[in-house]
Amino acid sequence: MTGLRYVYAVCRPFGTPLQAQLTGVGGDPPRLVPHHDLVAVVSHVPEADFAEDPLRAHLEDLDWLTGVARAHQGVIDALTTVTTPLPLRLGTVFRDDSGVRSMIEAREESFLRVLDRLEGRVEWGVKVYVEAERPPEASAAPAPKPASGRDYLRQRRMQTRSQDDLWQRAETFATRLHETLCESAEDSRLHAPQNPTLSGASGRNVLNAAYLVPRARSEEFVERVDRTKDGVPGIRVELTGPWAAYSFAGEETAGKEGP
Amino acid sequence: MTTPSRLPDPYGQGSGANLADILERVLDKGIVIAGDIRINLLDIELLTIKLRLVVASVDKAKEMGIDWWESDPALSSKARRDELTRENAELRERLARLEELGLETRRAQEERP
Repeated sequence: MTGLRYVYAVCRPFGTPLQAQLTGVGGDPPRLVPHHDLVAVVSHVPEADFAEDPLRAHLEDLDWLTGVARAHQGVIDALTTVTTPLPLRLGTVFRDDSGVRSMIEAREESFLRVLDRLEGRVEWGVKVYVEAERPPEASAAPAPKPASGRDYLRQRRMQTRSQDDLWQRAETFATRLHETLCESAEDSRLHAPQNPTLSGASGRNVLNAAYLVPRARSEEFVERVDRTKDGVPGIRVELTGPWAAYSFAGEETAGKEGP
Repeated sequence: MTTPSRLPDPYGQGSGANLADILERVLDKGIVIAGDIRINLLDIELLTIKLRLVVASVDKAKEMGIDWWESDPALSSKARRDELTRENAELRERLARLEELGLETRRAQEERP
């Protein structure tokens, strides 16, 4: 028994070897399990951590989860530089190689179909933030303490108005940006907004979108995003990628989403 | 066989990668397959809910931008406080409006001979 098989992705066989130093989940280098015209990329992981009970317990541990998530993404990222991987969700574990092969066998057609659709494409993430919760004037110079109820009312009205303006601008901006980017993308997904203070980012996330873009058009796509960056004061655009097509791997029906 | 064409340099990845971006993708996206080890989809969904509710490490979850419970009065004392703050602001506005009304009435009375 050499442990369990943690599966990162399924892809078509690829000629370029992965980086020699690449380590995956649990420090194990990613290995290839070929079956017919497909290849699963797996790591050997210990039962002590990845059997049902320990895995379930580990998943509650945010530090452990973070380590596995980064290792998972590291392998997917390495694969993206040499081929088009179909990323599996974190924590897909089989007993042995033959279990992995049966899984491929059972889903072969669907894998091939999705791989055909995603071949040569990558995912770009674009987020739009509204920088300030309060209008800049108000935060730069704190408003004087209202002398009367009437002052207080007026101040609140002004604050609300410029906040509304900013939101209005942000919404218009995000909608327009999404439309523009869709022109350079084959498909798009709108995800739930984040508030990623982890990235040191300030502000509120109002657009969190993923775009499926052919590699050949990626430069054009990135330029489009770059051009919008200094657009509107109080609004910030953040680009991440290229990612494997995580957001587009799960569904077999391709279709443009409206904003 | 794939021969990737040149890609622009990566944005926002590497050591500075936003953990929220990574978790969002590896936990919520990607293909869902039931392995031999049955941590099924439901468990993962439970997990993300638990992540959001994390009793053990709320700060970490907030770091990741998972903080919706903060605005739910049933779950958060801060939300209850916010609720009070909102109510307070409303009352102040009503008071201010009354003050204004009072001033106008008094002025109107004073202007009368």
